[in-house]
Amino acid sequence: MQAKDEAEIADIVRSAKGPLSIVGGGTRRAAASGEHLCTSGLTGISVYEPGALTLVVRAGTPVAEIEGVLAAERQRLAFEVPDMRGLMGRAGASTIGGVVAVNASGPRRIQAGACRDSLLGVRFVDGRGEVIKNGGRVMKNVTGYDLVKLMAGSQGTLGVLTEVSFRVQAIPEAEATLVVPVADAAAGVAVLSRALGSPYDVTGAAYDGRALVRIEGMAGSVTYRAQALQALIGGEIVTVAASAALWRAVRDVQPLQGVTGAIWRISVKPTDGPVVLATLGAVPHLLDWGGGLLWVALPDDRAAALALRDTVNRLGGHATRLRGIAGVPDVHPEAAPVAALTQALRHQFDPKGLFNPGQLATA
Amino acid sequence: MEMPRPNPGVMSDKARIIAGLRAILPDDAVISDPLETRAYECDGLAAYRCTPLAVVLPRSTDEVAGVMRLCHAMGVPVVPRGSGTSLAGGAMPTADCVVLGVGRMTAVLETDYANRLVRVQSGRTNLSVTGAVEADGWFYAPDPSSQLACAIAGNIAMNSGGAHCLKYGVTTNNLLGVTVVLMDGRVITLGGGHLDAPGLDLLGIICGSEGQLGVVTEATLRILPKPEGARPILLGFAANEVAGACVADIIKAGILPVAIEFMDRPCIRVCEEYAKAGYPDCEALLIVEVEGAPGEIDEQLSRIKAIAARHDPVEMRESQSAEEAGRIWLGRKSAFSAIGRVADYMCLDGTIPVNELPFVLRRIAELSDEYGLRVANVFHAGDGNMHPLIMFDANTPGDLEKCEALGAEILKLCVAVGGCLTGEHGVGIEKRDLMGVQFAAADMEAQMRVKDVFDPKWLLNPAKVFPLAVTASRRAG
Repeated sequence: MQAKDEAEIADIVRSAKGPLSIVGGGTRRAAASGEHLCTSGLTGISVYEPGALTLVVRAGTPVAEIEGVLAAERQRLAFEVPDMRGLMGRAGASTIGGVVAVNASGPRRIQAGACRDSLLGVRFVDGRGEVIKNGGRVMKNVTGYDLVKLMAGSQGTLGVLTEVSFRVQAIPEAEATLVVPVADAAAGVAVLSRALGSPYDVTGAAYDGRALVRIEGMAGSVTYRAQALQALIGGEIVTVAASAALWRAVRDVQPLQGVTGAIWRISVKPTDGPVVLATLGAVPHLLDWGGGLLWVALPDDRAAALALRDTVNRLGGHATRLRGIAGVPDVHPEAAPVAALTQALRHQFDPKGLFNPGQLATA
Repeated sequence: MEMPRPNPGVMSDKARIIAGLRAILPDDAVISDPLETRAYECDGLAAYRCTPLAVVLPRSTDEVAGVMRLCHAMGVPVVPRGSGTSLAGGAMPTADCVVLGVGRMTAVLETDYANRLVRVQSGRTNLSVTGAVEADGWFYAPDPSSQLACAIAGNIAMNSGGAHCLKYGVTTNNLLGVTVVLMDGRVITLGGGHLDAPGLDLLGIICGSEGQLGVVTEATLRILPKPEGARPILLGFAANEVAGACVADIIKAGILPVAIEFMDRPCIRVCEEYAKAGYPDCEALLIVEVEGAPGEIDEQLSRIKAIAARHDPVEMRESQSAEEAGRIWLGRKSAFSAIGRVADYMCLDGTIPVNELPFVLRRIAELSDEYGLRVANVFHAGDGNMHPLIMFDANTPGDLEKCEALGAEILKLCVAVGGCLTGEHGVGIEKRDLMGVQFAAADMEAQMRVKDVFDPKWLLNPAKVFPLAVTASRRAG
């Protein structure tokens, strides 16, 4: 079913007899079971105030369209939306609602925050078919509970997003990346920690066999900081298109595109990234977020999955499987009292269990 | 201010409740003498007071869990309290409640520079978090103006902001993890050294829930390396509109100052009389602060000056020394005490879209005339977080009520132009009855359903955030 507006979504939800699988651009994974409820009819920018750095947009609007409109004012979404099509082997065009539903965030996560941190407001249709709004379009808002954060990353389990608002960011006039040769991932993350512990406002810190450190800003400032960082961590300074290409590759996880096996995305304390990697042997990998985000391709078998989860449980963090079928849940199981709260919240927002019943399943 | 009628069952059970608390806590951690509990009768919203049934000052998560289990079993409401600096009445007690203060839980549990985090007990004050790491060149970014006194627990409850959040974000953007005690005594941990949740973002909903979902006893906080330097510039303008346009132009130009503070004429005058900072006599004044190395500061300030010059400033004052920088900030930083010297005042903190600034300031001036109460405006202009200070005389009968009525009108105005009731202070009891201005019944219901999950008996800080009539059936159990 394709809805054309919020009222139609509310009608569909109210009259639904069975599970609904909410579909945005379908770029990340195959939709869950249930009748498809497609939001791609809800398009368009409702408010864009460049001088206030705010954007309000309907949930089905393609990300590419939004990025184009923002770029015309030399602005952008700060959280650097990853393009997962190459990694997931899928086509289509990402919608902004889908991006919010998975809290998709790229390399700038470490400095500018995740999608959730740029998100100022939401409208959504809950499982009772009621339209709920929360947050708004101002940067500081503590009025009532922050359901905005709860909706970001909820994977469509609490409601169907219909409109989202963001704080946006100016595109800086310059960027530079230091490319530092290192012996291994542990040495790479040590370099990243040193850069992130400096006052030079690093906006990207990744390891792809080399340590990559990005800075952005005004031209004079970028030149100054690139030299200061070079004195601190060494390496070669790359600018303009070459720098941008490096970060597109990190953002879209290019080193893992086309590899076979299960794809895992692991969030741990930055210095634990290399520790997890060391338990996995020689596997395709990429580290982002100063070492705290580890992408790996593993054999698609249950033993490998369970071993990884054990390691991550021991260290603290979570491991999500984006691709693979061996018998473990995709989402990292949480401690029992936390899982109970999650289930109870889902029941409150979706008492009939309509929305994406397979998502966030941990058993 | 209407508060719920104390539960007579709880009131008559006082002796047994206090005995129960004494059984699980050391003697010095339970206060029940009415003379001593009176110290906890109010918070920063001092116009409203109520002495609680008892006060407990636990020293550990285990002790907090013990108190919560007991109160849950006995049906006693709990009001959590950090340092009691809330301007919204967030820590205001009821006669039948146990105030649970975390002020004795102040330890730094872990400092980890490689991972850029500290883990602290939640009673630690905001400024002393920075104090624990600044010798090594680090700081904790959120900086509410009460930061010398306010506790991290309260910062998390209210999702506190501050002057520098234009660049660094508010508490929720700098909070990595928490240990939370739920009303039934269960202890959960959310987040930690890693980023983002595997499933629902429960950390995100705890932050800003005004102590209604759980009691945070420990927090993992993101720390940042200190910038190399900072320097302010003072800009004076002939009209609020012009200053507002200058703010929009600075933001549009892609410059991100750490702070853009705005003062209007009534505020400038009162501050100048008090602090003698040498501010120009003009309609509107901006203080813009930028950070970086000396060359980076010069680069940013030269662009800001070029933009300001297009708006015919009546004054453009750069600081050449720490003393001059201090003088630029002097008036702004003494604004609240300057106003407090000439009148009683109520401080609002509604937020508006920044492009609505000129209209809202004009309308506030009209409302000020209508009500016959002076209003001074000082606020964080970069993010639209207003701070209208309504001046009144608490000794004049009816003045407080008139002030509250004017405050309500101003907050309704903020919502009407696309903003919100509160940008950083929280709803508490102060703005509880205005929630219906911003939210439809279904919007509030969705929020209350979250509380139903965390605190099904509605015992934790139950009389706050939502209008009492809306929560009555839930509070009745």
